[in-house]
Amino acid sequence: MSKIGKAFEGRKAFIGFLTAGDPSLEKTEEYILAMEQAGADLIEIGIPFSDPIAEGIVIQEANIRALKNGVNAEQIFHMVERLRKKTEIPLVFLTYMNPIYHYGYAEFFERAKQAGLDGVIIPDLPFEEKSELKADAERNDIDLISLIAPTSQKRIEMIASEATGFLYVVSSLGVTGMRSEIKTDLSSILTAIRRVTDLPAAVGFGINTPEQAAAIGAEADGVIVGSAIVKIIEKYGNEAAKPVYEYVKRMKDALTQK
Amino acid sequence: MQKGRFGEYGGQYIPETLMNEVIRLEEYYENCKNDPEFMQELDTLLREYAGRPSLLYYAGKMTEQLGGAKVYLKREDLNHTGSHKINNVLGQVLLAKKMGKTRVIAETGAGQHGVATATAAALLGMECEIFMGKEDTDRQALNVYRMELLGAKVHPVTSGTQTLKDAVNETMREWVSRVDDTLYVLGSVMGPHPFPTIVRDFQSVISREARKQILEKEGKLPAAVFACVGGGSNAMGMFYNFIGDESVRLIGCEAAGRGVDTAFHAATMAKGEKGIFHGMKSYFCQDGFGQIAPVYSISAGLDYPGIGPEHAYLREIGRAEYYPVTDDEAVEAFEYLARTEGIICAIESAHAAAYARKIVPQLPKDENVIICLSGRGDKDVAAIARYRGRDIHE
Repeated sequence: MSKIGKAFEGRKAFIGFLTAGDPSLEKTEEYILAMEQAGADLIEIGIPFSDPIAEGIVIQEANIRALKNGVNAEQIFHMVERLRKKTEIPLVFLTYMNPIYHYGYAEFFERAKQAGLDGVIIPDLPFEEKSELKADAERNDIDLISLIAPTSQKRIEMIASEATGFLYVVSSLGVTGMRSEIKTDLSSILTAIRRVTDLPAAVGFGINTPEQAAAIGAEADGVIVGSAIVKIIEKYGNEAAKPVYEYVKRMKDALTQK
Repeated sequence: MQKGRFGEYGGQYIPETLMNEVIRLEEYYENCKNDPEFMQELDTLLREYAGRPSLLYYAGKMTEQLGGAKVYLKREDLNHTGSHKINNVLGQVLLAKKMGKTRVIAETGAGQHGVATATAAALLGMECEIFMGKEDTDRQALNVYRMELLGAKVHPVTSGTQTLKDAVNETMREWVSRVDDTLYVLGSVMGPHPFPTIVRDFQSVISREARKQILEKEGKLPAAVFACVGGGSNAMGMFYNFIGDESVRLIGCEAAGRGVDTAFHAATMAKGEKGIFHGMKSYFCQDGFGQIAPVYSISAGLDYPGIGPEHAYLREIGRAEYYPVTDDEAVEAFEYLARTEGIICAIESAHAAAYARKIVPQLPKDENVIICLSGRGDKDVAAIARYRGRDIHE
């Protein structure tokens, strides 16, 4: 089992997302550690991209702020190296194909391994195009996280059978962002996944309240929260460590309640 | 060649949410393409509604002045809605209807594709929403109102650079949100498979007609065909049926804005690098970290940081050539065509005319060339006036 799998062992995992470099890489590092202290089990680090087509407005704006700060993949690898001296929490990148392509697949995944990264999520890389970089990811023990959408239907089996790390179940149609209600029939998606794999399945997109975390956590192996955390960082800027800690703690508590 | 690929270019780099839908689109398209009834219906619309075939006009004065090969203009500007875009949207909206969709969405730059989509949607009874960069809604205000007249809702896009690329981003985001009843009617030979193929096939009517027309008029094939390229749909349409005719040079003219050595251009072929964006592997203007670069052109329709994957392939195998044309050269050609032939063409098309003006004098008089006039220029008149220092607003 990869390190990512262990994040789900014996517990419901809370996965927190933030955009690297918003408001600065030093703060991103600090907020990741704050999330870990608050009980987060895995951290998703967004490498900012100029055109994040899967993101709603909150994370789009975080991308713009980070890019304005001149943040790039190399600096983020350095941040991961610094973090690895302080924590063993599983870390995954979320980024789009072009920055990885531009870096070079082999170079990117070698660098990721060297820095101590555990996985990569690429929203614009569907199952059919995975062969593009699968070998490079595997050779460097980086889990390529597969996404499953409400529209995946018969594709679930195909995707889940080749997945690594965990399965990222997209809760709703559309882009990332807080939603008051999640209408997708997650149970049947989770059942279909579990028929083909033992890998944990975490649900993301739209989750922002403790009630949602508790309800979804009752069925899924974990929840992924992005926009709500990014929103707190947007609001508090350099002073977000405490509110991020408190929010993550509240969410994790709701998730662990029996 | 691998399905959905042109050499290594193309592919389907899109969110999982859309995968079943593009697979379904491909299936429907394959069926419709081979369905005589569908093709008959489309053909009737193209003839009776869009006004096809478009004229192949012999530009006698231009030929005389340039002193080289005979110049023919393929008059896509005379189509209903004023550009080649109608060829593609009639096909795609008809396809959307066959798929049981009730709503179409589209991006637009200059507004030509938006107007064409809104038109086809009005005609075929579909709900229609258009995404257009805020900057473009300002510089093409008349087209915004035109789309509204046609019953479409126009969303100004305020994210990113507020131009065509951001309009594509926003239309993709909208499609992911409402994939059940909605088809994204893509305006160019770009995006994930099967769009580059679908759009090329629907636009290939341009060269199917032009090839026949030039053989009738001249008894020989052209030495070269010229078309402007942003995403590259009129160019693919103009090139496609000549690809097998090896003697015919296929020349794409891209927007060099204020010059390829400045930061203000949209010259993807001259200055871009390989990348993966908007669902496809192709060439893109980008920075040293793979961030998509802001692009600039006087022409809103060419103001796009990428190019369709089949163009990338045609260049790689040496079949097509691409050259940058500056704002200055395009504006000059715009004015030249108006003065010389009495034709006010789109500033996009003027890029093709500008480069043809350089090449034609070098070609022997017994040869001929075709320039694709992809659209008419009414929409650009105020902007050209301002470029020349006359403060005219629509």
